Amino acid sequence: MKKVVSLMLIAAMTVGLTACGSKTEEAASTDAAAEETEAGEEAEGETAATDGEKFVIGGLGPLTGAAASYGISVKQGAEIAVKEINENGGVQVGDTTYTLELNFADDEASEDKVITAYNSLMDSGINALLGCVTSGACLAVIDQTYADGILQITPSGSAMGCTEYDNAFRLCFTDPLQGVTMADYAVDELGFTKIAIIYNNADEYSTGIMEAFVEEAESKGAEIVANEAFVTDDVDFKTQLTSIKATDAEVIFVPAYYQDATYITQQAKDLGMELPFLGSDGWDGVLSTVTDPTTVEDAVFLSPFLASDPAVADFVSAYEEAYGATPDQFAADGYDTVYVIKAAMEQAGSIESADLIAAMTEIQVDGLTGSVKFTADGEPEKGAKFVVIKDGEYTAK
Amino acid sequence: MKVNKKILVRALAVILGYALITVLLKSGMLNRQYTSLLVPIGVNIMLAVSLNLVTGFLGELSLGHAGFMSIGAYAGALFTLHTDLPDGLNIIVAMIVGGLMAALFGFVIGVPVLRLQGDYLAIVTLAFGEIIKSVLNALKFTNGPKGLSKIPLLSNYQHYTLVFVVMVITVLIITNIVDSRHGRAVCSVRDNYIAAESIGISVSRFKIMAFVIGAFFAGVAGVLYAHNVGIIKPTTFDYNKSIEILVIVVLGGMGSIRGSIISAIILTVLPEVLRGADNMRMLLYSIVLIAMMLFNQSGFKERMMERIAASKQQKAGE
Repeated sequence: MKKVVSLMLIAAMTVGLTACGSKTEEAASTDAAAEETEAGEEAEGETAATDGEKFVIGGLGPLTGAAASYGISVKQGAEIAVKEINENGGVQVGDTTYTLELNFADDEASEDKVITAYNSLMDSGINALLGCVTSGACLAVIDQTYADGILQITPSGSAMGCTEYDNAFRLCFTDPLQGVTMADYAVDELGFTKIAIIYNNADEYSTGIMEAFVEEAESKGAEIVANEAFVTDDVDFKTQLTSIKATDAEVIFVPAYYQDATYITQQAKDLGMELPFLGSDGWDGVLSTVTDPTTVEDAVFLSPFLASDPAVADFVSAYEEAYGATPDQFAADGYDTVYVIKAAMEQAGSIESADLIAAMTEIQVDGLTGSVKFTADGEPEKGAKFVVIKDGEYTAK
Repeated sequence: MKVNKKILVRALAVILGYALITVLLKSGMLNRQYTSLLVPIGVNIMLAVSLNLVTGFLGELSLGHAGFMSIGAYAGALFTLHTDLPDGLNIIVAMIVGGLMAALFGFVIGVPVLRLQGDYLAIVTLAFGEIIKSVLNALKFTNGPKGLSKIPLLSNYQHYTLVFVVMVITVLIITNIVDSRHGRAVCSVRDNYIAAESIGISVSRFKIMAFVIGAFFAGVAGVLYAHNVGIIKPTTFDYNKSIEILVIVVLGGMGSIRGSIISAIILTVLPEVLRGADNMRMLLYSIVLIAMMLFNQSGFKERMMERIAASKQQKAGE
């Protein structure tokens, strides 16, 4: 009999736990969201004097775990934009003025966590979705956002499938497009014909760029003289570099993150290699990790955002003031995405999801990452920005 | 008569649990956030209970459980992606395929590591998990690091009945194995393998048996995971995932099936309950975890258990 009682108790406890959770969630959803934004940006509470309606932007990205830095950057960039817009009187849609509010949930960059994170946002009520920050999480959640018919804009999800449905848009370049752009640039602009590649074959970002690069470069008549692979967390690249050294390569293309690029460039110098480097947008931040800036001198990479660019000085100083750090491209992507949503609201003249989605193809936004328009496929149309490292500084090309 | 009562209680708990979920779901009392937790809870229970067979009852620390899970997930997902059976049949066959593939690998890993025990075995299983990850990364038909996507969602919350039934079957089978003659042999290997060998128990045979069965159900859980999320990548199944499952088992108590179930529920729901805490979420989660572990090992809990046992005995005496 005791057993029955204890089992019942356990059952009751579980229910209590879930029910309790859901109740507080519902009751306090607005409170919690308000608190969250207040905690995130103290100034917002004071400035949100406009007594219009609220437009809640849900955000999804990793705030904990290995990819946390990307999610935190996007969140902080978006917070700056939300604060700016609210300080300037919010968003005017028809006769109503909307105050923006950001409700950012942690998805841990995980495909299963993102579904509960997204559902918790939907429970608390959001009008549009900014996310996800990482491709994998994005792919896992698109089916649900499509079923809900909500406007989804990913600031940095670069896998092709992220914009599969009509309701999904993206602000960044896809991986293949980045590969093609770099190949065009390397062959047409810089005139290289013999190219070596080092890429991470355990990473879909790196392989995605590499595959498109190889295809485009070869179709343009360039030769891939070496295509060497490594895996995540490798720190020794001497084998790959030595075999590249044995070829007549004129340039090394490294579609990888800046941590890898740091090791690769240093070890290339140690081996006495003088070849120039080409990189992908993951190179952003490489100067803060290299011990010897001459190792990356003259390296060219694609980057949508350059913090030293005078055109973005206002954003950079606002960001530095609020968070004590220099913003990276993810922060700029987050910032721009909020402005894209604002533009869509104004263009649509309504905050209905269907109207917002329809308006997306009609808007043009001059953001930190360039002037952008969206195609019906959800892809951005914007120019590529190249960055070259000169005298230990990032400079626009 | 006593046995019947035990079965009755268990059956009652299962039916009540199912009725509870159904009522909550159909009446709309459960919000979307918690609805989407139903399948992960089921999957985690299956993973924890199957790992408990290896770690709790066989007494061998396995750090490669996510490896078996990934084999099941990939095998099952590849099956449903490339066949055209009706949905219900498709997922059932996929589960069998996934489970058998994982069991096969459980056998393959089980044979060479038989000589090893304790820490050594733990490291070998850890290495095994990493090998699986690397192989999945390198293979063409698993789509490399991009992984498999567009897996039909055949076991998401709308199919909670299926997940619930599979979960109950898993728990029942493992409970019955543990209670059986084979199960006692497995436990004897844990307690003293020399003594077990001396009375004629084939240590290697029971080790492999526990490994293979544990792997099989991890594989089935992997299939359910894949068809709930719809996308699987090799990095999802790294050693962190194995550790996660181990944490559930340790918290619930080594060798306690009921403990595994309860702790799987708690540890799956807890991070979501703490979502309101924003930046402090993972910190709070860790603190709660430490507190629960301390409680589990505390004299307070022991005294409480003793009192419960004593009152039970008293009642039986009456």
